Amino acid sequence: MADDLTKDSPAQRLLSRRLFLRGSALIGCSAAAWPMMSPVTFAAAPGDERLVVIILRGAMDGLDVVRPIGDPDYARYRKDSLTGGETGPALTDFYALHPALSDLMPLWHARELGFAHAVATPYRDKRSHFDGQDILEAGTGLDVPQPQVRDGWLNRMLQAVPDLHSNTAYAVGRDEMKVIEGAAPVMSWAPNTQLRLSDQSQRLLEQVYAEDPLFHAASQEAIAISAKLESEKSGRSMRMSAAPKSEGAQLGAFTAGRLREETRIASFSLSGWDTHHNQRSVLSGRLRELSATLLALKSGLGPVWGKTTVLAMTEFGRTARENGTTGTDHGTGGALIMAGGAIKGGKVYGRWPGLSDANLFEQRDLMPTADVRAYAAWAMRGMFGFDKTLLETKVFPRLDMGNDPRIIA
Amino acid sequence: MTTTSSRAAPSQATLAAIRFGYGLSPDQPAPRGPAALLDQLKGPDTAAQQFPVPDTALFLTHLNAMKTAQRARRQKEPGAEEAVKTATGDLSRTWLAGMRGQMARAAFSDQGFRERLAFFWCDHFTVVSKTGPTLLGPDAFAEDAIRPHLATTFPQMLRAAVTHPAMLLYLDQNRSVGPQSKFGLKRHVGLNENLGRELMELHTLGVGAPYTQTDVRQLAKLLTGLGFNSQQGFVFHPNWAQPGAETVLGKRYGGETPAKLSDIYDALDDIALNPATAHHLAHKLAVHFVSDSPDPAFVAHIAQRYSATKGDLPATYAALLEHPAAWAPRREKTRQPWDFLAASLRAMAPPADLVARLDDKKTRQFIRNPLTAMGQRYQSPNGPNGWAEDARAWITPQALSDRINWSMRMSSFLERYLPDPRVFLHTALGDAASPALITAAARASNKREGNGLILASADFNRR
Repeated sequence: MADDLTKDSPAQRLLSRRLFLRGSALIGCSAAAWPMMSPVTFAAAPGDERLVVIILRGAMDGLDVVRPIGDPDYARYRKDSLTGGETGPALTDFYALHPALSDLMPLWHARELGFAHAVATPYRDKRSHFDGQDILEAGTGLDVPQPQVRDGWLNRMLQAVPDLHSNTAYAVGRDEMKVIEGAAPVMSWAPNTQLRLSDQSQRLLEQVYAEDPLFHAASQEAIAISAKLESEKSGRSMRMSAAPKSEGAQLGAFTAGRLREETRIASFSLSGWDTHHNQRSVLSGRLRELSATLLALKSGLGPVWGKTTVLAMTEFGRTARENGTTGTDHGTGGALIMAGGAIKGGKVYGRWPGLSDANLFEQRDLMPTADVRAYAAWAMRGMFGFDKTLLETKVFPRLDMGNDPRIIA
Repeated sequence: MTTTSSRAAPSQATLAAIRFGYGLSPDQPAPRGPAALLDQLKGPDTAAQQFPVPDTALFLTHLNAMKTAQRARRQKEPGAEEAVKTATGDLSRTWLAGMRGQMARAAFSDQGFRERLAFFWCDHFTVVSKTGPTLLGPDAFAEDAIRPHLATTFPQMLRAAVTHPAMLLYLDQNRSVGPQSKFGLKRHVGLNENLGRELMELHTLGVGAPYTQTDVRQLAKLLTGLGFNSQQGFVFHPNWAQPGAETVLGKRYGGETPAKLSDIYDALDDIALNPATAHHLAHKLAVHFVSDSPDPAFVAHIAQRYSATKGDLPATYAALLEHPAAWAPRREKTRQPWDFLAASLRAMAPPADLVARLDDKKTRQFIRNPLTAMGQRYQSPNGPNGWAEDARAWITPQALSDRINWSMRMSSFLERYLPDPRVFLHTALGDAASPALITAAARASNKREGNGLILASADFNRR
């Protein structure tokens, strides 16, 4: 925390200067200038709830993760070559969970894990990962040309937070996170990164970057975050155990660390969900990683887990049928994974469309019955109390949120 | 963004070296302009001869050795465990040697434009190794599908790329079989759309082009039969091919029995010369070399030449280089981490064999690990769309931190070659250094930090 910093340390000087620059010259936002950081505003915004959005890049196969074993057509599409012949733990009479997520069953029973099935963004037909991800992160419909989209939907939500400060939002990891980037200030850092500079070099580098807004902003943020992490580390001494091994667990643990401080909104991504071949093994590996990520978040958050909502979303689902190479190809409807103590879990939300040929989208994909953005919007409303009109016009332009699925406890 | 009123525009030679090559070198004159850049493509590929990199034959040999060893281990043959270990070690050493070769080419070649084009096209046709045994795939692909075609035509390069074993592996085409083909019926295997889709979306037409899911499916069926084996490399299996003709973008291909490879080539040629492909490639070239948001007239100029010459690549590059937009003084792009490391070495100009002589541990320490930290894990973009182009994607606080850390610490690797920062400023940036950097470099407390400051500067990281 800022008040832990040694008085008049270069880091603190930079921290406040950086905030000043962020709020005025660099961002040029139309709203009131971002408030200067002070211990008073630290604990405040936006309330005490935490929201984590994980983007699962590559199109996670929702049908294999939350398996509709009660659907008479499911077994026809999904043979043992794909599922491994193991059903996985039962979620309900109708759905079973992929066995690689078994470690999350205690969360399910504690109502801290839930799903929404047959969801999709408005993106249809071309099934391009990269367009699909852009649209998922932009949170727009197809009426907005993607190159015109400057802000992700999480960022547009941040723009509506009145007493936003510089640490409120975090993009974590090394992937670009369009979902959270935009006009509102967002911190960005990766686990294990530490900027090491002598005081003299730091001063000179600041002069060198002064003319270039991109380098200037990135370096100021790097200096401020490094100083802050350093001071937290010394203040906390041995509280953190040994660094976890897997990438996802590292992302989860680092994110939890930020959320235990003044951060309220965070986002990162996990890649590798594109299972055209050998899905059984590839998907199991990714799900174990996701499971480790969620458990690292939970353990790192401690009591704060109770105020946390995690949404893990993917650009689209995969074909109902197995392809010719023990995998699945790009599809449409998929699944949303929700976790955290703030959600009303233990339930698979959504209207199940059925898997008969007539019910598939273009006779190949799970038919979407809900817009995945509506779940995100209801989560934001439930957690932060945002106005519905704001969510349907500013955060997700032209979205019809429909009825409240009541996913927040 | 980097220019201010107080700064003079860099000369064309400086821009030619920085924007179209791997930067300035104290040992080589900067190319004077478009003609000098294009001349680099006319002679033999000298850097490839000087710094070897694994080719397709070596890739297939290692692939075969690994598969044989793994099979023996599965069958619990005596000594198999040891054999897998040996094959894995051989493979990893060969791969690290390839990394040194690729870096040495980028840093020391006197044909920088050729090297940048090789990177560009390898990224355009991204190939990633998905499993251990295929580790040398990206090198082999670069060596045999891309480099020989840098100055031929796009249709020729497309054929080579689509039929290379590493591409067939990466986008699962080596397993995609016509469900009604002889082989498909017998083995109950079938189609995989992966290559068919990415070929249209990424390699040729571009996602905005007017093609449909049906075209993707039809092309996937047409592509069945493409495969490889570790003895011959690429092979065409007519008995894998889906029987009957396919219609792609309104034109019918194939239908004969047995299926013919030439039908696939005909379709690839047509797709390569489609106007949407011309536009897509022109836009990508302009974005990669010049601007994240290039002037539409600039893109149209390149696309027009591409179409007029039926995808002749040197003619297309000439259109890129002759347009005034290519020489805008403002340096909008940022060097990707690979480009940044290569340009740093090039400007530091240690003996050319320094990189080649690094041991495996130092190769990881000075090349592989820093690239990962800066956001560009070696040969491993997240998907077949390759690396991001947008400057903002690379200059994040975390990735910039690692550029700065590397800049300040590369001295342990180059200790003996550290120049005076005031001299280095000139060799690294020529007339492109800003007044602020000139002042700051002179004030650094020691040589290491002075040079580090130059390498970390926006001046050095933009092109």
